[in-house]
Amino acid sequence: MNARAADFLTFDKDKKVYRISPEQAVRDDVEKHYWVHVGRTIVKDWRLYVMLIPMLLVFLFWRYFPMYELLGCFKVPDLVRPVSQQYFSGFSYFNRLLVGGDKLSTDFWRAMRNTFILSFYGLCFGFPIPIILALFFNEIRSNIARSVYQVLTYLPKFMSTVVMTSLVTMLVKQGSLTTGMGVVSGLLENIGVVSHDVANAGLLNNPAFFRSIYQISGIWESAGYDSIVFFAAIIAISPTSYEAAQIDGAGKMAQMRYVVLPSILSTIVIMLITRIGSLLNIGYEKVLLLYNTDTYVTADVISTFANRQGMMSGGAGTGVASAAEMMNNVIGMLLVIGANTIAKKASNTSLY
Amino acid sequence: MKRKLEISELIFKIISYTLLTMFALCCLYPFVYAVSASLSSRSAVEYGEVVLFPKGLQFEAFARMFGDNMFWNAYSNTLFLTLFGTIWAMLVSILGAYALSKRRLLFRKFFNFFLVFTMWFSAGIVPQYLNYLDTQKVFNAMGIMDDKWLVVIAMGMAAMNIILLRNAFEGVPSEIEEAAIVDGASEFQVMTQVYIPMSKSTIATVALFFAISRWNGYFWARQMISNANEQPLQVFIRLRLEQYRDSEVMAGWNEAYAADSVIYALIVCSIVPILIIYPFIQKYFAKGVNMGGVKE
Repeated sequence: MNARAADFLTFDKDKKVYRISPEQAVRDDVEKHYWVHVGRTIVKDWRLYVMLIPMLLVFLFWRYFPMYELLGCFKVPDLVRPVSQQYFSGFSYFNRLLVGGDKLSTDFWRAMRNTFILSFYGLCFGFPIPIILALFFNEIRSNIARSVYQVLTYLPKFMSTVVMTSLVTMLVKQGSLTTGMGVVSGLLENIGVVSHDVANAGLLNNPAFFRSIYQISGIWESAGYDSIVFFAAIIAISPTSYEAAQIDGAGKMAQMRYVVLPSILSTIVIMLITRIGSLLNIGYEKVLLLYNTDTYVTADVISTFANRQGMMSGGAGTGVASAAEMMNNVIGMLLVIGANTIAKKASNTSLY
Repeated sequence: MKRKLEISELIFKIISYTLLTMFALCCLYPFVYAVSASLSSRSAVEYGEVVLFPKGLQFEAFARMFGDNMFWNAYSNTLFLTLFGTIWAMLVSILGAYALSKRRLLFRKFFNFFLVFTMWFSAGIVPQYLNYLDTQKVFNAMGIMDDKWLVVIAMGMAAMNIILLRNAFEGVPSEIEEAAIVDGASEFQVMTQVYIPMSKSTIATVALFFAISRWNGYFWARQMISNANEQPLQVFIRLRLEQYRDSEVMAGWNEAYAADSVIYALIVCSIVPILIIYPFIQKYFAKGVNMGGVKE
């Protein structure tokens, strides 16, 4: 008898025949009466399933129902009927946004472009700086000094978006006849980055500066905090690796190149992939709090565009807004899934 | 050879210390400036004379704020949202994460996917807004007229935090659970007396994540809470900022301190609680980030 048959057959010595083993009988029973088995298991373990219910309901009501609400982008505009009773209209909103040719369509494309540009700049500047910071942290041998630096650089992360944007707004505010400009504007004028007139008009009112302000405040806010992961990878490197490199005559740069970098490469790759996956999740709160009508040209992103169309116009544009968000979210989801698949292939670690 | 080594090391060390010090000071500067500007006289603030230390000391901006009932109202609303929001989120998350951590749970894969999918795909703010409006109607029909409860119950749940908790619970050795069951512990006792004490640090981290996001929450509170008496601090700060940046409103400003000082004072007051507990919680956050980084 082969090994597989032994799994489900037993030999009856009295009658000299093979019979289905009791274990297999249970397995067959489970297969035949699958739902009975499910019911029994749930009844036996009912406490576990009751514990699950609040979480499922919360996510169903406030995460999945909005997705259903999102289907409004395929429906005829209707303020009276709920989504389920509205007439199906196909892709009219998508057509309107993508190839409408009017202001709405150009605004949408502008928002799409801004979304990509802001997140791409965020990747270019926001990603390497935490790694460099982590390398610097590693140079500080005194634990107390290092903690002080870490406490100071993590700090802005714990401030709310409102506090952060309020500070930014005040630091680069415009001057008037009776009041001076913000202190950072003044500083930038003194070191010759911007002219007096530009600084005095308020940097946040100038579309040319929005992206810089967004990225610099982003680095100020989260570079220190984002360095934690890289720093943890660096301190995990065994000191013997450095010693070996030193004996081989490696200078500081050579140690960086041949010891540190290879050791933290996997962390860097995984963080990069995560970052790419969430490329389109622009913090809309921050944009919403920093932009104004003068800076829509560079500041308006999909979420804020949708916010203006859908929420501020009293609900008339919810279809258009949903269509815009649908596109943004589908691209975002494809990026996440793509990034996750690559991460799985590259390092056998899935991010979720 | 030895000598050359030391020089390259020294140069790198000097560069790191210099750049790190500069970056750390840049991180700190806006907060120092906020404190100074809130304490400086009107002319010093308005002409941009305050750079680092307060000039022409005054405390009236703080006094005006402390005398404002709306400020205390907003503060207590924020405390309310943070306290109940965190309790509610932790209750739901711990129960759900505990169940999900059990291998014997049927349809475990499906439930996990149910959770993780919300991290991949979010409906976006407008559908969410429509959904919250419907929820508001349901809550009102149930007799809960207070929008604070809507914010507490409907918002701020995070799939990532539940996954952190689930991973921590999965890390508890099953032998301990079996021993507890042999001793006659019920499912609930196993959770409260074995799993929760054994994942204390993760639970603290996740609770802090929730609490900070509640304390800092702004957008949905502003959208959904219409009653001015129920608005939290962040909304209050933003409304004051919008009001005080409005030149028409400010034309008639004739106090001994600048309008900006009041905003800075508000900002200082809103961050003081975080600054006080921050040194104690900082290590938990560092831990939480590393937990969330990579998980198989």
